[in-house]
Amino acid sequence: MNDAYDVCIIGAGVVGTAIARNLSERQCSILVLERGDDVCSGTSKANSAIVHAGYDAEPGTLMAKYNVAGNEMMGKVCEDLDVPFERIGSLVVCTDVEDMPKLEALKERGEKNGVKGLEVIARDRLVEMEPNISDEAVGALWAPTAGIVDPFLLTIAQAEIAETNGATILTSCEAKTLSKEADGLWKIETEKGTFRARCVVNVAGTHAAEIHNQVSADKMEIVPRRGEYLLLDKRAGGHVHHTIFCLPSKMGKGILVTPTCHGNLILGPTATDQEDEDDTATTAEGLDAVRKGAAKTVKDLPLREVITSFAGLRAHRPEHEFLVGEAKDAPGFVDCSGIESPGLTSAPALGEAVAGIVSDILKLERKPEGSYATKRQGIVHAAALPIEERRALIEKDPAYGRIVCRCEEVSEGEIVDAIRRPCGARSLDGIKRRVRCGMGRCQGGFCTPKVMDILAREVPELTLESITKKGKGSEFVVGHDKDCYGEGGER
Amino acid sequence: MKRSCVVVGGGPAGLAAAISAYDAGLKDIIVLEREDRLGGILNQCIHNGFGLHTFDEELTGPEYAQRYIDEAKKRGIECLLECTVIDISHERVVTAVSPELGLIQIEAGSVILAMGCRERPRGALNIPGTRPAGIYTAGCAQHLVNIEGVLPGHEVVILGSGDIGLIMARRLTLEGAHVQVVAELMPYSGGLKRNIVQCLDDFGIPLKLSHTVVKIEGDKRVEGVWIAEVDEHLKPIPGTEEHYTCDTLLLSCGLIPENELSQKAGVALSPVTKGPVVNEQLETDVPGVFACGNVLHVHDLVDYVSEEASAAGRHAAAYVKAGEPAEEHAGIPLVPEGGVRYTVPATIDPASMDEKLTVRFRVGAVRRNVFESVYVDGARIAHKKRPIVAPGEMEQVILKKADLEKHPDAESIRVVLEEA
Repeated sequence: MNDAYDVCIIGAGVVGTAIARNLSERQCSILVLERGDDVCSGTSKANSAIVHAGYDAEPGTLMAKYNVAGNEMMGKVCEDLDVPFERIGSLVVCTDVEDMPKLEALKERGEKNGVKGLEVIARDRLVEMEPNISDEAVGALWAPTAGIVDPFLLTIAQAEIAETNGATILTSCEAKTLSKEADGLWKIETEKGTFRARCVVNVAGTHAAEIHNQVSADKMEIVPRRGEYLLLDKRAGGHVHHTIFCLPSKMGKGILVTPTCHGNLILGPTATDQEDEDDTATTAEGLDAVRKGAAKTVKDLPLREVITSFAGLRAHRPEHEFLVGEAKDAPGFVDCSGIESPGLTSAPALGEAVAGIVSDILKLERKPEGSYATKRQGIVHAAALPIEERRALIEKDPAYGRIVCRCEEVSEGEIVDAIRRPCGARSLDGIKRRVRCGMGRCQGGFCTPKVMDILAREVPELTLESITKKGKGSEFVVGHDKDCYGEGGER
Repeated sequence: MKRSCVVVGGGPAGLAAAISAYDAGLKDIIVLEREDRLGGILNQCIHNGFGLHTFDEELTGPEYAQRYIDEAKKRGIECLLECTVIDISHERVVTAVSPELGLIQIEAGSVILAMGCRERPRGALNIPGTRPAGIYTAGCAQHLVNIEGVLPGHEVVILGSGDIGLIMARRLTLEGAHVQVVAELMPYSGGLKRNIVQCLDDFGIPLKLSHTVVKIEGDKRVEGVWIAEVDEHLKPIPGTEEHYTCDTLLLSCGLIPENELSQKAGVALSPVTKGPVVNEQLETDVPGVFACGNVLHVHDLVDYVSEEASAAGRHAAAYVKAGEPAEEHAGIPLVPEGGVRYTVPATIDPASMDEKLTVRFRVGAVRRNVFESVYVDGARIAHKKRPIVAPGEMEQVILKKADLEKHPDAESIRVVLEEA
């Protein structure tokens, strides 16, 4: 059995890694367990990628508190972590005059939550801001503090910092059973062995109830709520300039239309409750609902520019509230569960808060100032550099002049960096999320074999046959040509 | 750096264009190829059937490419490899990056666009279901099998009957995989008749027309797909779903000319072909920028790519030699009618056309016993009987300068399919 860790964080999504990053600034040993083959493999990888202003949640709830706090922190966090984030603002669009009072109510709720700059605007100003707004739109709630962020890079950047500061992150390592030992330590059994920790943090997303209910009599329920999305080519990215919501309903905030921070356009999500904690299949009905829902607020959507569709799962609790804190009947077991929207927005605040809770339990001291990383430099995207800087970079490292992904103009140098840096990519999806290789309009048709070659070259334990899309079982190839033929050429 | 002609792409189109531009007098021509070898997509097309029209013999893709590579080498045409063009300005400044040369900018007297096309990916097809490994475009699978020597799967379903999909049905069978079925959304195949016969029929692989994949299953790797029949509006018919247990889904659902660079240069594109709108010189609406091959419109046969590209090369040379363009001619627009979807070129100026000009086009549906006719000012100048025409097979008519010169002020040239 391994030596005990001070903290074991179960789940390396955007919140789990935020907690890890915050804790890595304190004097403690940290183990992060992730069932996926990479960080950012669950809820954090498939969502709207937006930073909510904070007018949706009921005043006084944790959702309201962490949303507004997280929104305020996001700028600094993304600056420190070199993660794309833009405060483009959001519009809640009303298409029925009779509903206009609801916008006022939403504004009041937002103000109670501490959201700044909210304004109800009339149609003429709305059309000025969004020429493609629906002809039915009569007004909107304007929230200038809302934004868009890259959830992959935020999660990955936080994981990089945590690992740089000494945290151990184990991927493809699902925490299966959890129990308290006689010596007061938590015992966590995983597919990669048994670990012990003084404190456990449950940030297991849709799987959080499985973990929680093993140690607490106060049972928790998580209802995975699927949301389906359509992603459009960058050609369509300028169709709207802000995040466009329709007035929310009780199942969620409705179908939104928003640019992404990489210039694509995203439409979604639907909201369908299901039992399966991992099933992210899209459906014909769901995608249809996305198209129809998006058309309610935005006209002339260029749906021919769809380059991919996907679904994500929200870790929804029937209480529709975050669960944050130490379980009453399980000392040293800290929940950070039920993190559905606005979870991404709340992540920086939740990371700080939960690290604080753990620190109090374990009486952790901060590491000496300057002895740990607080910032990181992102992977340089050569194509985004001014021409002279790009020229100089290629001169220094010619791999930045070898374009691997033509659609997103990603160079070999960037892919190599994604593999070599802390918490580096080991699968094609891992590379895709770090450098966008294969995320463009051809969706990897040309670059897949090239990226496989680079991975096989860079990672000694990988061969073409063992390279995966997203971990074991998702291999791209099954063997060599003509493997099935015997000596005599017989099958 | 300055060059009289920059050819973007060193595949069959780019090579043929470069050779003919050189032969027409442009000696300081340069070919920019993003891969580490010339030949383009032909390098992975190891089957035979190339060159019947050009060389009167059946070559494999790499053999066909090699003939042009040899010709380019013989002329000493400069070809940069691993050199990706990242921008073309309206004023024909071509910016490219390569590991060897870094970032280079070339002021081009003329530009020939020859970037080829890409395949339509799964996302653009809106197939619902999971997102596992095991879904490949046919061309991606072709690269894995023919270049890397690895097999993408054992049990294969193919969606779409484009030529690469058909070719891959045969290749995968030969390499030891089992191709269960090819499903085609349309009531007709998207590929050449000869490929249906030689790649499916000869191997007993069923082709299901008016069928599509309605669901993909499998979390990590494809575990199965559902195929359903579609109605006349191409919508799946409930109750016709059939399950196929497979580990691989190949997509051969259409090719899209890759014109992101052309757009940066401000070149106007046709909504039908997704390629540049060109005149009889194969010149785009940006002066001095020409286009040929699959970036212009998707071809079935490389022989026609080479022929078209040679013309583009010649015209580019003439453009450079002429110096400043003389008077502007608008050209007479070609109007596709009666089931003709588009024509290349889109306009013809009789004064500056060659003695003979090949007009290529595709039809929108399978038609039997039709005439392909061309009218100018009510006068019929071409009339050709065709026992069958199909969307998967490119058609062509040849127009004579002499015929068109009689109608210099014609408002349109109608290219029509007529019942026989």
